[in-house]
Amino acid sequence: MAAVRAEGLYKVFGRKADLAVQQLKQGASREEVAKLGVTPAVIDASFEVEPGEIFVVMGLSGSGKSTLIRMLNGLWHATDGHIYVDGTDIVNAHGAELRQMRKEKISMVFQHFALLPHLTVAENAAYALDIQGMPKEERFARAEEALEMVGLGGWGDRFPVQLSGGMKQRVGLARALAAGSEIMLMDEAFSALDPLIKREMQEQLLQLQSSLNKTIVFITHDLNEAMRLGDRIAVMRDGRIVQIGTAEEVLNDPANDYVAQFVADVDRTRVLTASSIMEPAQFVVNADSGPREAQYTMREKQMVAAFAVGRRGDKLHGVVHDQDVVSAVRRGDKSLEGIIDTDVGAVHQDTYLVDLFAPSAENPLPLPVIDDEKRLVGVVPRVTLLSAMASIADVVHTADSPAQDAATTGVTRGFGTEASNAGQGGDA
Amino acid sequence: MILAQSEGFDPLNPRIEIGQWADDLVSWFEDTFKPVLDLISDGLGGAYDGLSNALREPSVILIVLLFGLIGLLFWERFPPLRALSMSFVVVPIVLGGAAGWGVHALGEELESQFLALLIVFALIGWLVRSWAFGIFSAVAFYVVAGMDEWDRAMETLSLVLISVIIATLIGVPLGILAAKSQVVSNAIRPVLDFMQTMPAMVYLIPTLFAFGIGVVPGMISTIVFAMPPGVRLTEHGIRNVDTEVVEAGQAFGSPPLRILRQIQLPLALPTIMAGINQVIMLALSMVVLAAMVGAAGLGLEVVRGLQGLQIPRGAEAGLAVVVLAIFLDRIVAALADRAPVVRASRVRD
Repeated sequence: MAAVRAEGLYKVFGRKADLAVQQLKQGASREEVAKLGVTPAVIDASFEVEPGEIFVVMGLSGSGKSTLIRMLNGLWHATDGHIYVDGTDIVNAHGAELRQMRKEKISMVFQHFALLPHLTVAENAAYALDIQGMPKEERFARAEEALEMVGLGGWGDRFPVQLSGGMKQRVGLARALAAGSEIMLMDEAFSALDPLIKREMQEQLLQLQSSLNKTIVFITHDLNEAMRLGDRIAVMRDGRIVQIGTAEEVLNDPANDYVAQFVADVDRTRVLTASSIMEPAQFVVNADSGPREAQYTMREKQMVAAFAVGRRGDKLHGVVHDQDVVSAVRRGDKSLEGIIDTDVGAVHQDTYLVDLFAPSAENPLPLPVIDDEKRLVGVVPRVTLLSAMASIADVVHTADSPAQDAATTGVTRGFGTEASNAGQGGDA
Repeated sequence: MILAQSEGFDPLNPRIEIGQWADDLVSWFEDTFKPVLDLISDGLGGAYDGLSNALREPSVILIVLLFGLIGLLFWERFPPLRALSMSFVVVPIVLGGAAGWGVHALGEELESQFLALLIVFALIGWLVRSWAFGIFSAVAFYVVAGMDEWDRAMETLSLVLISVIIATLIGVPLGILAAKSQVVSNAIRPVLDFMQTMPAMVYLIPTLFAFGIGVVPGMISTIVFAMPPGVRLTEHGIRNVDTEVVEAGQAFGSPPLRILRQIQLPLALPTIMAGINQVIMLALSMVVLAAMVGAAGLGLEVVRGLQGLQIPRGAEAGLAVVVLAIFLDRIVAALADRAPVVRASRVRD
């Protein structure tokens, strides 16, 4: 049995919502019903989420994915359709019934973390258990376990304000894990995080998932993230689900032009960006310090060259080479200014992989990756770029082989764009 | 009566008898709710008399209680003391109470009625805010006593405190309702506008009729005039709590009242406190008006100064009002800074 099943789900905002649903069912377009003064946010969405699966809903902002996820735990009432959680239809559930379902079965992780700022990390992690009415000692023990799971053991007595964005979201994750429910809704959970932290969190989620086997519905607008996390991906546009399939299927067999455009030019090196494969920069010296300090750092870590980064805001100034630093020390220079080589071939974090090859080939050092403020956010060593390419080639290869193709379509075709098919399949 | 008035109505030379209607309405209101009005009158009047007598001639019990509170503040302010186990909290309270008894005895000895309360104000100023403010409070209240305005200042303080407490008790729940329900919000907004913009003296007239000369009509007018910001800022504070955080409460199955208690009220508390601060300031601005219908206190002194064109009298009473205003404002602002959410936002490693 599916852990979560949606059947012909509609959410229309406005007074004449019911009328609008009628018209939409008779084939009216989104624009036509907009004349009624209503906003259809989700139109005829049907899908099933299997237990233990990560189901990603991907779409641009305004595509209805946030509305969709909020209907799954009843934060917003569906205008029409059915939602089965563990086989129970929750669309007509109200008040206490709905709260009971949320306590027992579904937890949620939020885009901006939604921690309670006046409570400690432990109290936040224990929040769901508090609501469930668990005695104090027991719930703090459980919360501490959950915090350990996400790598925040011992941070319990801090306040959210003392944590970085990534750590805050770990608390959000711990709160959801501590609740002990089988189903987790994650609403753009990593979208507010820096690229490297985001990657880390994605890896951690996958790692946790491999042992916990939760059912996860994950909302994102980030294709890279959807590809990395999703066992299956549903692509949404203008309130409708336009395709459901595995990452390979969505890439290789887009259901329509929109999806095709979304997955960008078929070539994955044009989909994945520098930020999705970059690694933390190891060889960094302070651009404002003197050559002596730089020499010390470089000798310590045995580097031949290092990125010179400003003390304020990590701004990348350039690169310094070992022989220049040594001669600067010998000359008795007070600052690194004269010997910083500014020609480092830095690439923006949104640069596609395809555009990284030329600079990477020209440059003996790892490519520095910078953001809009020219801050050093990571590096792409040549070996990383090459191994990323190798794994992409793998994916393409396996997806092309007929046997694999048949297997994946067998599982996933059923949830294609024809919602009625999926519905019948579910009833049978 | 309304009909009688409108019979002779000439559309080109209109005279709409709103004033008459208001009079009729007030008369009807008084006749109908006489028992309720008497109850309110007795309640408010009694509370005022009790508090102002207690502040002017503080009994040993009051001073001991206040010093017990100060002992608690002292214990809570200094982390090394707080780090001791919870049960030790009794110790500072008892010690404080004992000190209070001593101070009261000293006041008796020196035949000074204001000494004990002055020390209480200064200590509260220090413990709630800073040592500098403690010194300021001591000096400022000493000046009030020096101007021979102490008793009147305590009367005004009583009037303001009771009015503010009642305005808060009505205003904050109303603000919560308005934040929860758009209908309530839409319904009370024009009423609040009306209450705030109607010249405050107008309230004096019907309340005077209903309650007679004395402190009660002044307090009622003060409550009506000072309440709106309390309602508005409470509504604003609760509505502005991050939607996602409220959703988090709902998503984990918390019932609405618990969300209000655990999430919305704590997060809105700084804004609500700002509202209460406004209520206090508006209440203080009403003391002179209240004096016009017979409330005692500093306002009466200002009115007399005006009637007799006596600059010293007006200046001294006015300055005493300013001292009260500064003291109350800074204390409430400091209390707002102690809201858990503000404290947590300041925590650093």
